[in-house]
Amino acid sequence: MNLPFHKYGSPKYFYSWSLMLSPWLIGFCVLLFAVGLYTGLFVAPADYQQGESFRIIYVHVPAAWMSLFIYVVMASAAASGLIWHVKLGDMIARASAPLGAWFTFLALVTGSLWGKPMWGTYWVWDARLTSELILLFLYLGYIALQGAIDDRRVAARAGAIVALVGTVNLPIIHYSVEWWNTLHQGPTVSKLDAPSIAPSMLMPLLIMAVAYTVYFVVVMFARTRCEILEFERNAAWVKERALEKGVV
Amino acid sequence: MDAQFFAMGGYAFFVWFSYGLSAIVLLANAFLPARKEKMLLNRIAQRVHGTKENS
Repeated sequence: MNLPFHKYGSPKYFYSWSLMLSPWLIGFCVLLFAVGLYTGLFVAPADYQQGESFRIIYVHVPAAWMSLFIYVVMASAAASGLIWHVKLGDMIARASAPLGAWFTFLALVTGSLWGKPMWGTYWVWDARLTSELILLFLYLGYIALQGAIDDRRVAARAGAIVALVGTVNLPIIHYSVEWWNTLHQGPTVSKLDAPSIAPSMLMPLLIMAVAYTVYFVVVMFARTRCEILEFERNAAWVKERALEKGVV
Repeated sequence: MDAQFFAMGGYAFFVWFSYGLSAIVLLANAFLPARKEKMLLNRIAQRVHGTKENS
């Protein structure tokens, strides 16, 4: 089979096209953050119930969305490595895991910083918060497994299985606010009828969500390039590139 | 921007802690791989250079 993604999905081509794309993505990302932060902090009105504290939404919700999105990316990439032996898939999974863990950490901390003034407590052992904490442990487990197993292929296979089993947690997190009683508010954006949030408050949230996604793509690309350099260090093209760019 | 803006209606600690922590984590995670990539390229270049001189 000579499909185009076969070529562009090889580590060598990924390295060059991701490098070519990065400056554009970085520019786009900075622009999105500038507009998102400006509209979120200055243009959006204060909430009639929560006052100015609701502005935490613009760093909390995108981080929480990313914690789930990155898990899907990581599990799919790891699955492509497990099933079709796509080397790049294993590398993308390894590159994504720490980012997913950091976004989960941010979702938990910014959430508790929002919870304290609004609910009166930093933490409550309800379904949403507990399942999100379990997500953090899934990421950390995956990372620890990669660090503990020396044989790269065994580590990738074990990691892929952990990542795939862990996907059962994703719908639990998503529906937790509907299935169980909780202090956490229900879905406001993804409701099938009109979202129950004013457009002037929703727009900055969507811009920040795109900014976070582009940020993840840029950083994941850079981390994947590091994985490629580490594990293909004996490939002729890597040596050539290093002699070209590296300082001896 | 004035004092009223930074006061965040009395929620300054919670709002700015959230934004500050997010900024630190995102910036650190953006710069570390860029530095690592340079370091890896240098290391490979040095190794390739070394084996060339030895042979």
